[in-house]
Amino acid sequence: MPKPIEIRTSPHLKRALSVDRIMRNVVFALLPICAFAVFQFGLSALLLILTTTGAAIATEWFFARASGRGNTVSDWSVVITGILLALTLPPGFPLWMAAVAAFVGVALGKALFGGLGYNVMNPALVGRAFVQAAFPVAITTWTPAFAPGRFTEVIPSTFTLPFMQPIPVSEWVAGLQLDAWTGATPLAMQKFQQIEPSVTDVFTGMIAGSAGETSALLILVCGLWLAFKRMLDWRIPVAVMAGAALTALPFWLLDSSLYPSPWFVLFSGGLMLGAWFMASDMVASPVTTSGVVIYGLFIGILTVVIRLFGGLVEGVMYAILLANAAGPLISSWTQPRVYGAVKKTRETE
Amino acid sequence: MAELPNPQENLSLDTFLRGIWTENPVFAMLLGMCPVLAVTNSTMNAIAMGLATTFVLVCSSLLISLLRNWIPKQVRIASYIIIIATFVTIVDYGIQAISLELYAALGAFIQLIVVNCVILGRAEAYASKQRLHTTLVNSLGMGAGFTIALLALGTVREILGSGSILGVALFGEGFQPWVVMILPPGGFFVLGAWLLLFNWLRLRKERRVMEQSGVAANAG
Repeated sequence: MPKPIEIRTSPHLKRALSVDRIMRNVVFALLPICAFAVFQFGLSALLLILTTTGAAIATEWFFARASGRGNTVSDWSVVITGILLALTLPPGFPLWMAAVAAFVGVALGKALFGGLGYNVMNPALVGRAFVQAAFPVAITTWTPAFAPGRFTEVIPSTFTLPFMQPIPVSEWVAGLQLDAWTGATPLAMQKFQQIEPSVTDVFTGMIAGSAGETSALLILVCGLWLAFKRMLDWRIPVAVMAGAALTALPFWLLDSSLYPSPWFVLFSGGLMLGAWFMASDMVASPVTTSGVVIYGLFIGILTVVIRLFGGLVEGVMYAILLANAAGPLISSWTQPRVYGAVKKTRETE
Repeated sequence: MAELPNPQENLSLDTFLRGIWTENPVFAMLLGMCPVLAVTNSTMNAIAMGLATTFVLVCSSLLISLLRNWIPKQVRIASYIIIIATFVTIVDYGIQAISLELYAALGAFIQLIVVNCVILGRAEAYASKQRLHTTLVNSLGMGAGFTIALLALGTVREILGSGSILGVALFGEGFQPWVVMILPPGGFFVLGAWLLLFNWLRLRKERRVMEQSGVAANAG
């Protein structure tokens, strides 16, 4: 009996590249950044990462169950949300506030829109924006990096009772007896005192800041690894960085004592983390090739505009959220011409 | 055009309760959103706004019901607005006389009761067609429903945003206020959460009714 011929429709060539595989790889790419955060800020950073990830998973599980969507935790996307959220928060951020941020991010930013694939904005940033508005003091309270004894004791504000104000960290910081701690991140120092910290320190991460945003070098390496594995659209981070650097350049040339250098703009604050891991969110970014470039440039330009001329020190979060919201519009503007379709002109109408 | 006689509603408990539950102006009809979102940042403001709106709603509905056969159809909206504005002016001066602090907190939203769609909606849909006593009961129910809704938002926002109810601190010294809750976005968050809860309850009830009638049909 001859072998039956099987006739199938395309696609004929398949690759084992599923959603959970991509998401798992993004988590792997984030792990070195988490490790550096723990190395730099100690136990508090570890607890922060575990709390947000745990709260994000619990929220996803609850909403998936309540809406009858089945088990959506196993696609790993919510783990990314949890880890990314922790990396954008100050290391001494009270754990209960971090849990609130994770809950709001996953519930409001993702579950209410219909889960993975339907969210308009990056859930981690939605959560962060909520706590930025709700707890403006706690989210701008920074603690020094490489504090002695960071692996044995936690930053006092970490274990704050739920609904209570965080314990002030100033006494604890004074007890550490550090030489040069002004309580400000490099971005704030540049903005308010026009002191630009060394670009090498900012690039390698020997500075204070949010738990996972400090080392631009490490984020760059991890992001490039993902880009080479084709699990991240390289155009987005490149466009974000180009947009930011090109916007900052003329101001720096005009008055380098007042405005930061393009290098500093690129490597300070959350720009690297935002460009490589948040702006590149597959769901919330536009789908067309030219669209993602416009989207990236928009984020870069907006970030620098907020940093230089806004009241806030950092603008990456709002820039990405705004660009996320504009994403569908950019997609529809940049639709490629359908093959064979003729552009309508006045004569043919 | 020949006028069809409006069916006059007979007074029942439902005349009152509809405004509180099935036809709640805020949670079911989503009317009058402006004061709902704007002045519910504390319980006191919510109560004052609710009572002021209820007063205007009840008085203007009564007057419109009394005059329903004399108001010409063509100018009815203008007439309703004049009647409503009269009572709003009374409330405006009343609150100013009772508490200047409250008056300052509510701001322009007292005057804006004139354009509250709950009141105009009641006038157009109910008071202009129904008899005096049913109008009284119905508008009281609507006012109560509106006040309850404002209270529902106001308490949640004050508890989270200031850690107190009616100015009485609940959690003691170290409470961390959720600043966003007393800001405008907080109004949207809390309203959305309440709507989520009520829609969930309604859908669940509808599903139960469907299932029961299905069971009954199968059994029959």
